[in-house]
Amino acid sequence: IWYGHFLLPYLLNQILFSIALPQFLQLSLIQTVTLIPGDGIGPEISTAVMKIFEAAEAPIQWEERNVTAIQGPGGKWMIPPDAKESMDRNKIGLKGPLKTPIAAGHPSMNLLLRKTFDLYANVRPCVSIEGYKTPYSDVNLVTIRENTEGEYSGIEHVIVDGVVQSIKLITEQASQRIADYAFEYARNNQRASVTAVHKANIMRMSDGLFLRKCREAAEKHKDVKFTEMYLDTVCLNMVQDPTQFDVLVMPNLYGDILSDLCAGLIGGLGVTPSGNIGANGVAIFESVHGTAPDIAGKDMANPTALLLSAVMMLRHMGLHGHAKKIEAACFDTIRDEKVRTKDLGGNSKCSEFTEAICQRVRDMQ
Amino acid sequence: TYFFFVFSITYTVSQCNISKCLNLSDQHPEAPPARADATFRVTMVPGDGVGPELMTAVKEVFKAGDVPVEFEEFHLSEVQNMASEEKLDQVLTSMKTNKVAMKGKIHTPMEFKGELASYEMRLRRKLDLFANVVHVNSLPGYSTRHNNLDLVIIREQTEGEYSSLEHESVTGVIECLKIITREKSRRIAKFAFDYATKKGRNKVTAVHKANIMKLADGLFLQSCAEIAQLYPKIQYENIIIDNCCMQLVQNPYQFDVLVMPNLYGNIIDNLAAGLVGGAGVVPGESYSAEYAVFETGARHPFAQAVGRNIANPTAMLLSASNMLRHLNLEYHSNMVSDAVKRVIKQGKVRTRDLGGYSTTSDFVRAVVENLRHRPAN
Repeated sequence: IWYGHFLLPYLLNQILFSIALPQFLQLSLIQTVTLIPGDGIGPEISTAVMKIFEAAEAPIQWEERNVTAIQGPGGKWMIPPDAKESMDRNKIGLKGPLKTPIAAGHPSMNLLLRKTFDLYANVRPCVSIEGYKTPYSDVNLVTIRENTEGEYSGIEHVIVDGVVQSIKLITEQASQRIADYAFEYARNNQRASVTAVHKANIMRMSDGLFLRKCREAAEKHKDVKFTEMYLDTVCLNMVQDPTQFDVLVMPNLYGDILSDLCAGLIGGLGVTPSGNIGANGVAIFESVHGTAPDIAGKDMANPTALLLSAVMMLRHMGLHGHAKKIEAACFDTIRDEKVRTKDLGGNSKCSEFTEAICQRVRDMQ
Repeated sequence: TYFFFVFSITYTVSQCNISKCLNLSDQHPEAPPARADATFRVTMVPGDGVGPELMTAVKEVFKAGDVPVEFEEFHLSEVQNMASEEKLDQVLTSMKTNKVAMKGKIHTPMEFKGELASYEMRLRRKLDLFANVVHVNSLPGYSTRHNNLDLVIIREQTEGEYSSLEHESVTGVIECLKIITREKSRRIAKFAFDYATKKGRNKVTAVHKANIMKLADGLFLQSCAEIAQLYPKIQYENIIIDNCCMQLVQNPYQFDVLVMPNLYGNIIDNLAAGLVGGAGVVPGESYSAEYAVFETGARHPFAQAVGRNIANPTAMLLSASNMLRHLNLEYHSNMVSDAVKRVIKQGKVRTRDLGGYSTTSDFVRAVVENLRHRPAN
């Protein structure tokens, strides 16, 4: 019969597209992310984030790893090889707070991670949280900081007793990389302008080079507006009117200071997300607050910073739907004021706060 | 009686010519207005941008108030090609004679020919103006997001990141040296603690980044801690620069006196100025062992306002008032600062940066009027 040779393909079609393919797609869509809980309150807030992601049915599978430094062959400090292997495989990571000792001994953990994965850009979007009032409203800016060189090169010498020199290193390659990244970010996230922050009137050669590279990158991305401003002018204007800034790109030290300044404008490190972009497509998203050893284990921590970083991670991975859901749930819970952790002015426990967000997420499904 | 007259005149003149590095505690003005019998000579370097306009404002107010100060002007500018070694030497000679100066910002262009150090830096180094003091005070009558602020920021001005020692080792790799010495760190720490003691302040906080720059800022921190032990009555703390910036925008009241190296000082000066109203309202001064230079707290040439008569002269006028106090002209100092504060409090005449529409000349006129209506002591 003439329609016979349609039947078989039709049946096959049905099997493939309505039954097998969705399963297949769903399976391949679940992405594995390396999770580094960290120290202090790290484990609690990581658990909170995992619970919320589960409630939101986000297609994420977590692989927990520990990054306590070990001394490898030759006495060089490095992160455990299984952690490195996991990150290299998964490319995306979420990190809680790590202990950084002030005394010498082994280098800071964050520095080690940075060097291992060549995390050259630190991106911190600062958006005012509707439910958490600060003297500054309507903040909506992004600080992009060069993370590998500059003043934090770690090259210091004692010249003679009582005279110390510290070297600030600026290279053409690193400046070009961060400038290009800043414009790419602006383009991908529909931001209107990029401002280069520098002190080229004082450090004429080093910041001069950085500025030149930013100008060159601006030429290549004519659709994004480019301005340059001195660091002190930025600080002066930032505390008077933060709405005039959009994306800021700068070398290491200025970035450290300005990103913390902007975090202070929206409510502190407890509510600020942060992401580190590395070469080879590696991206590690982290909460930037400390380990808070005094409240560790007491169910008092605020998981907002890690949660918002995880949302940033979802956006980076392209899962905008889930990102929006979780972010909205988080902001609504904070705005509601009924369940707030101690640092936001409430009395609730971390688990109560997490449960409230999970409930909202489930209601949104 | 003749002998008495001669003695009194010589005594007054000799008292007037003593320059002090730090101000003594406030002395009450005499009941009849004090009239100095000598005129003081002060070096004036207007600088770039709105500097000349602000200096004109100061001169107008001084003329109206009968202030016995005579200015010796020098126009030193790198961007307008009015700078040279001879000019710099002239300014230095004048400074060394007069000991006191008022200065605007000498702008540093980004392109450099030959020397990496700007004229401002060279002036500072030659006169060894190692301490920059910015007293951040909320203005009564002008509210910002943080009111009733009262902090002092002391910044080491001659070394640190502004060493101007840069070189390109290989094409595309540039090194910039940050120099910290124990001697200068101790000097600025001692200055900060002395200042705190003289002004009756309770706490000195050292700002640093010693967790990253372990040797350089570590040395600075160590020097501060050593000096702190000599002043048991003053509380000493330290804070990391990024945390300090965050705390300043969240809770600036926890700070009293802050002491720090060069670059951090630049950042925090501007941040704190922004907290109380901007670069137009905060005065600042620079001290060395022998000289004192009075200028604005946040140093910007503000070139976009040149010729438009919109700059706010408050900072420069308050700085001029501080200069008069330094010269021991207590009565005139209070007259000028009271007039400026009264105009701001009344709120009728405000320049654009404070949300008003008045011009610089309107503001100066208002201050001059308030000078005449000063309350009788």
